[in-house]
Amino acid sequence: MALLEIKNLHATVDGKPILKGIDLSVEAGQVHAIMGPNGSGKSTLSYVLAGREGYEVTEGSVRLDGRDLLEMETDERAVAGVFLAMQYPVELPGVTGMTFLREAVNARRKAAGEDEIDAMGFLKMVRAKAKTLGVTDDMLKRAVNVGFSGGEKKRNEILQMAVLEPKFCILDETDSGLDIDALKVVSEGVNALRSAGRSMLVITHYQRLLSHIEPDVIHVLANGRIQKTGGKELALELEKNGYADFAEAAA
Amino acid sequence: MAATADTVRQVEEVTGRAYKHGFVTDIDMDMAPKGLDETTIRFISAKKKEPEWLLEWRLKAFRQWLQMKEPNWAKVGYPPIDYQDLYYYAAPTQKPKLNSLDEVDPELLATYEKLGIPLKEQEILAGVVAVDAVFDSVSVATTYKKELEKHGVVFSSISEAVHNYPELVKRYLGSVVPAADNYFACLNSAVFTDGSFVYIPKGVRCPMELSTYFRINAENTGQFERTLIVADEGAYVSYLEGCTAPQRDENQLHAAVVELVALDDAEIKYSTVQNWYPGDENGKGGIYNFVTKRGACRGRRSKISWTQVETGSAITWKYPSCILQGDDSVGEFYSVAITNNAQQADTGTKMIHLGKNTRSTIISKGISAGRADNTYRGLVRVGKRAEGARNFTQCDSLLIGDKCGAHTVPYIESKNPTARVEHEATTSKISEDQLFYCMSRGLSTEDAVGLIVNGFCKEVMKELPMEFAVEAQKLIGISLEGSVG
Repeated sequence: MALLEIKNLHATVDGKPILKGIDLSVEAGQVHAIMGPNGSGKSTLSYVLAGREGYEVTEGSVRLDGRDLLEMETDERAVAGVFLAMQYPVELPGVTGMTFLREAVNARRKAAGEDEIDAMGFLKMVRAKAKTLGVTDDMLKRAVNVGFSGGEKKRNEILQMAVLEPKFCILDETDSGLDIDALKVVSEGVNALRSAGRSMLVITHYQRLLSHIEPDVIHVLANGRIQKTGGKELALELEKNGYADFAEAAA
Repeated sequence: MAATADTVRQVEEVTGRAYKHGFVTDIDMDMAPKGLDETTIRFISAKKKEPEWLLEWRLKAFRQWLQMKEPNWAKVGYPPIDYQDLYYYAAPTQKPKLNSLDEVDPELLATYEKLGIPLKEQEILAGVVAVDAVFDSVSVATTYKKELEKHGVVFSSISEAVHNYPELVKRYLGSVVPAADNYFACLNSAVFTDGSFVYIPKGVRCPMELSTYFRINAENTGQFERTLIVADEGAYVSYLEGCTAPQRDENQLHAAVVELVALDDAEIKYSTVQNWYPGDENGKGGIYNFVTKRGACRGRRSKISWTQVETGSAITWKYPSCILQGDDSVGEFYSVAITNNAQQADTGTKMIHLGKNTRSTIISKGISAGRADNTYRGLVRVGKRAEGARNFTQCDSLLIGDKCGAHTVPYIESKNPTARVEHEATTSKISEDQLFYCMSRGLSTEDAVGLIVNGFCKEVMKELPMEFAVEAQKLIGISLEGSVG
């Protein structure tokens, strides 16, 4: 059984249909990429999976590990193992990175009926992981995303992912706003998290991210549907020809 | 469900959860008859075996009060208070003198335990906090007195101080808040029953934080606390005031007066966590909190700092202020005021710069939910002689839902051209983006709101002493373990 199973997923935003029948199946340990032109529904798909309000599912099903994801609230999905690395991480004034991470970890432990995490051990663990991603102690002491550069924000997202150890990671345009050096650090961070039990959905507009994070499968999303599925070579094809073919096919 | 509706519901759960401290302790009361006239005042004074000068002081205040009108400039509304329909003196009957906690009425101790502040436990918390517990109007237990005495620190009920330190009380009582200062302070001067008195001698740094838990208990009993804190030259003291009250159907009036005096190089840090009963969701039954708090930085380089976290009361009318008389003296005001349902808060501060190079900082965080109204009202006045005076004011309001209100009313008066006064104000809402971000990391809506609100208040919360911060964070409905500071 696939770790994530999406069947005939339809969703609307403000009553407007955006996703028009998505079928997608991601095996445990696999990395899938979703590529597509602007407005194709890429970000909508990520929000629907994470359970954001205002993104209404009108048809279809999503199962994670056999569990009905659409029945769950946003926080329940996170606890169940869904993680969305956001394109535009949100500022939380006054909330330090360390506090935020601890709250998130403790929310999981609470759901599992465990005690709160030992503060000292946690601090050590986070610092070790932060170091590999170039997240400084100073960043962990500052308010989440407040005054962070684009690269700092994305590194911080990947750090959260590393600490929370989700089963299913969605990376929404993680490459946007990154220079080549930052892209490298972030990609290495993501690659280090690839494992047999963890799957990823990498959403991107450009091929360049996929030369750093090599996917097992690539899907082309256009006009709310998956238009084509293939291997790595599909990315190169898109890089050469653009999305014009698919936009036409969809129209 | 719409995001805002969800947020509103959530916040109601956080701030409007059933009031936990709503119980009544059944203890025989020694009461004055209902109503207020000179007889009542003589009764109170006689009960307390007060010296003649104090009775005269009370009577003079009472006569002035009769000539005064209840103020109506604050942005709060409430039905008229019938001052003749209140009891002005209620004390638990008890043994006249107590040598240890064992002698305290067990019912009282049980009450505190329900509030989560067992004195026994406080005692175990070795030398951290001394508690002068005020039950209704009379102090029933004072701990750590001996340790404090060793340092020459006086920490007692004000009625005791009247007898034991008459010169100090006489010199400073009413010297910061004159008897006829305002309607409610004047009423307090006439009928105050008890409160705390603190004196820190020259050069002494008080070895522990001093703490008083006030508790309103008897039905229809106006609570008129009077607190006086004097820090002599070079002295330092941190004073904590925490309040809870049992649930009532009728509104209860609370008109306290707090006076602080800091002499040369002295520093007083006064922290309050106030969670009196706010009333039901229509405001019925909550406390009316009309308080006058004022500190005088009389000495050079003296400093007074007010920190308050206000989550309770139906109506809050409170402006802890600093009179910066001494050159180079410093005044600070850090405030979090949370209002929900029908709660109304009109709170802020006054910084009166009189001395040269006086500095003041005002950080105010107002959070409104439900149908609540939250007003910041602040005055910064710079006198003619206050060369080089500086003030920085920051007022931030956070709105939750669309039925509540936040208002900022700054008054700035400067008579000195060298003064620099800055005022910044912001109003924001908890955004759906922030909630989603937190929840997508696994936080429940409740925890997400708590985290965001706490982040919003951080600049103020970090000013609270550690022991108090915990209680304050609980009150805001947040789990914050270990992240303070």
